[in-house]
Amino acid sequence: MIQRVGQTSGFDEAALVAQAQRGDVEAFTELVNRYEGGIFRLARHITQNPEDAEDVLQETFLKAYEHLEDFQGNSKFYTWLVRIAVNQSLMKLRKRKSDASVSLDEPFDTGEENLAREIAVWDPNPELLYSREEIRAILEKAVESLPPAFRAVFALRDIEELSTEETAAVLNLSVPAVKSRLLRARLRLREKLTRYFKRKGEDLFDYL
Amino acid sequence: MITCKDFLSELNEFLDDECSAKVRQELEQHLSECPNCWVICDTTKKTINIYRGTEHYVVPPEVHERLITALRNKASKLRHS
Repeated sequence: MIQRVGQTSGFDEAALVAQAQRGDVEAFTELVNRYEGGIFRLARHITQNPEDAEDVLQETFLKAYEHLEDFQGNSKFYTWLVRIAVNQSLMKLRKRKSDASVSLDEPFDTGEENLAREIAVWDPNPELLYSREEIRAILEKAVESLPPAFRAVFALRDIEELSTEETAAVLNLSVPAVKSRLLRARLRLREKLTRYFKRKGEDLFDYL
Repeated sequence: MITCKDFLSELNEFLDDECSAKVRQELEQHLSECPNCWVICDTTKKTINIYRGTEHYVVPPEVHERLITALRNKASKLRHS
């Protein structure tokens, strides 16, 4: 997503950021128009709650505007916004669950977890089995079932398409921690989706 | 000779095209011999692709308006402080 944004022609991000830093609200509004869809999606995925995501969206851009002078251009502007949005989203989660264990630092089981139980070939066209809305609901429910520490990594790496290094920097995690969480997140989601998308009435060994 | 466990632990690197040519070749060899790992690899790839295809969420117009209004208020407050 970052790459796609960067490639957009006729959009000089650095110039807009510089104008906004000089107090030009219109320039900042342009940046809002450009990035609010991505930030909203990210907030939805991490908070799993539409109202919280709306709050996170607003808080992210207000905070960004207020602290624009802190943006030094060392990262992409979008990555800087993502970092703010992730922090705001996690605060929401903690508040809502009043659960101190909602943390990206939570230790997780690295023991003998069975990473892949459901082994079945998918239907070649899952989109013919379900409506668009149903598929969207299935995808969201699967992400919702992940622990927050996995969910944030998955949303940044595989939905927002940040690099492993960018994801590590945004979440204050080590690169190996990002990799290990991403693997677990992907395999858990694969498992959940397989229940919906596997080829009906057959299992793997019918193919052999 | 790599095992299914080895394969799983290298799955991300394999799917993200981040492993060396030598490791890649070993993993491909395993894939061609192990139907279970082939299915896991294929369905994990499809899982990633289906999420990557998720479109941006459209911010509801009233939410966008509220944000812009809040932003202008903030800007004028910052100017006067």
